[in-house]
Amino acid sequence: KTGTQPLRSNSKVTVHFVNRDGEKITVKGSPGDSLLDVVINEDLDFDGFGACEGTLACSTCHLIFDEEVYQKLGPITDEEMDMLDLAYGLTDTSRLGCQICLTKALEGMVARVPESVADIRQSKDGSL
Amino acid sequence: VTARGNASFPSCNPKVCVVGGGPAGFYTAQHLIKARQDVEVDIYERLPVPFGLVRFGVAPDHPEVKNVINTFTQTAKHSRCHFYGNVHVGKDVSVDELRQAYHAVVLSYGAEGNRNIAVPGEDLTGVYSAKDFVGWYNGLPSCEQLTPDLSGETAVVLGQGNVALDVARILLSPIDILKKTDITQPALEALAASRVRRVLIVGRRGPMQVACTIKELREMVNLPGTRPEMAAADFEGVTEALQDLPRPRKRLTELMMKTALETPGEKEQERRSKASRVWGFRFFRSPVEILADSEGGRTAGVRLAVTRLEGSGEGAQALLTGEVEDVSCGLIISSIGYKSLPIDPSVPFDTRKAIVPNTMGRVQQAAGLYCSGWLKTGPTGVIATTMNNSFDTARSLVEDLDSGTLDVSAAKPGSRSVSALLDKRGVKAVGFSDWEKIDCEEMKRGEAVGKPREKLLTVEEMLQVAQT
Ligand SMILES: Cc1cc2nc3c(=O)[nH]c(=O)nc-3n(C[C@H](O)[C@H](O)[C@H](O)COP(=O)(O)OP(=O)(O)OC[C@H]3O[C@@H](n4cnc5c(N)ncnc54)[C@H](O)[C@@H]3O)c2cc1C
Ligand code: FES
Repeated sequence: KTGTQPLRSNSKVTVHFVNRDGEKITVKGSPGDSLLDVVINEDLDFDGFGACEGTLACSTCHLIFDEEVYQKLGPITDEEMDMLDLAYGLTDTSRLGCQICLTKALEGMVARVPESVADIRQSKDGSL
Repeated sequence: VTARGNASFPSCNPKVCVVGGGPAGFYTAQHLIKARQDVEVDIYERLPVPFGLVRFGVAPDHPEVKNVINTFTQTAKHSRCHFYGNVHVGKDVSVDELRQAYHAVVLSYGAEGNRNIAVPGEDLTGVYSAKDFVGWYNGLPSCEQLTPDLSGETAVVLGQGNVALDVARILLSPIDILKKTDITQPALEALAASRVRRVLIVGRRGPMQVACTIKELREMVNLPGTRPEMAAADFEGVTEALQDLPRPRKRLTELMMKTALETPGEKEQERRSKASRVWGFRFFRSPVEILADSEGGRTAGVRLAVTRLEGSGEGAQALLTGEVEDVSCGLIISSIGYKSLPIDPSVPFDTRKAIVPNTMGRVQQAAGLYCSGWLKTGPTGVIATTMNNSFDTARSLVEDLDSGTLDVSAAKPGSRSVSALLDKRGVKAVGFSDWEKIDCEEMKRGEAVGKPREKLLTVEEMLQVAQT
């Protein structure tokens, strides 16, 4: 890090969210903030997003990324994978938004909010 | 907002009521309020306290899961939402009366019944349903008297879903962990004195059919003071089948196999050797009879029929081989599922599936009647599942409002007429601010003993605090 760069607005990271209707919403967040923080700070209205408030207990902060962005997101813990496995419309480039922290390298990233179609694969025998 | 309507009902905003103040009720209300600027939503809840299974189901050592309460609280405090606790729909007020008072009624009263194991001996002392056991440690007023007998060494849990794992974990957790949770004081004391050292989690089918999720399994694997005990033979052929599984099932199965079969590393070996408590899955076993002790009153064991699978994957069937095996145990907890119950003869109910028959949340053959949550889908899935299906129901309702299918041209009295009925019947509703008094009192009592809250255990006491 160069000491001369002030860590102000110009060091913010631009994020493009694509909501469930396919609409693109462009916002900025500070390095170190999680994508859930950004959604909350910017008051983005994604129904039901972040239900457990970033404690890895819900999977409602599921986001989908392009392959090259996904590669830059950093390592994924077993616990995040565990919750992600319960997410609707899981893809190979899915992550949980509350576990991803912004860095300068992620400038201009696109994060897609998956559709929330009722999951017909839920077990049918009523066992819990 | 247009000021049409007659003098007694100055506004004719669409009035909707929701029956049940659990996740389904709150998520349905949340979406309705957001999607339409004119809808008013009243939530009727049987107990004086809100949040359903988030308060009375979710395990006390899962406080993170309960964060959803913050969002529900925001909804409850919205100017177009009102909460009426202590109102038993079907008893204090009928569904027909609600349908007359509101333009639409959403049934979200969950699944409060129990699926029975239906084997001889299920009434013996020492046999409990997971629903009651969970209700007991979580302070559900109707389960306070359960006082389960925890004097035996071995406990058998019938069923292998997340609730079964919750029960096993609570039975085996170090008391130092539990005492920092909102588990009830009587349960904490009983568990501190418990002699249960070994919990077997029994399922009819195999490792690839377990109904639990990986998060719950990992918690079990990592539970301090415990070690796993499983039969290697149960995993025959599983490795070969692994490749073709979808990722969630694959990872779950891999973790189970690692736990059951792999020689652990040095650290884990040391951890296991120090463990004083044991847990394990028992596969391919189906209960046929609960065995009594010599006096005939208490549980001494369970007879399990050995099964084999026909078919594979999620749809595999367990067939009896004719062999049986007896397991000695002093405690049996059956965790084979919850089940919704009909609340009012006027509401269609599918007794076989135990749900209200519906299309996208619209109750069949009943205009203006909707359902969401476990009552709509059956008792499966996590809160996020309930959230999505409740949003779906709210979307259907909003569609019907937008299209005019749901007629709101006539003004409806809403809570005003219901309150009058309740008054007449001597029912005192508990508002959300009354619940906040209970909430405060519980947190205050909790603070005194180092817990996030100490729950009030009876409806009487809740009402007493609410009315101060
Ligand atoms: C033991 C257990 C543990 C769980 N743990 C987790 C977990 O860790 N994480 C997770 O994501 N999910 C968990 N779940 C799942 C989660 O609790 C459900 O998905 C969710 O609660 C279902 O919501 P619901 O509103 O349909 O039902 P409920 O939560 O049961 O709510 C129904 C409400 O209706 C009220 N009611 C009933 N009858 C009437 C009536 N006649 N009149 C008025 N009101 C009435 C009830 O009092 C209750 O408040 C767990 C479930 C159980 C059973
Ligand atoms: S907000 Fe719940 S897992 Fe991210």
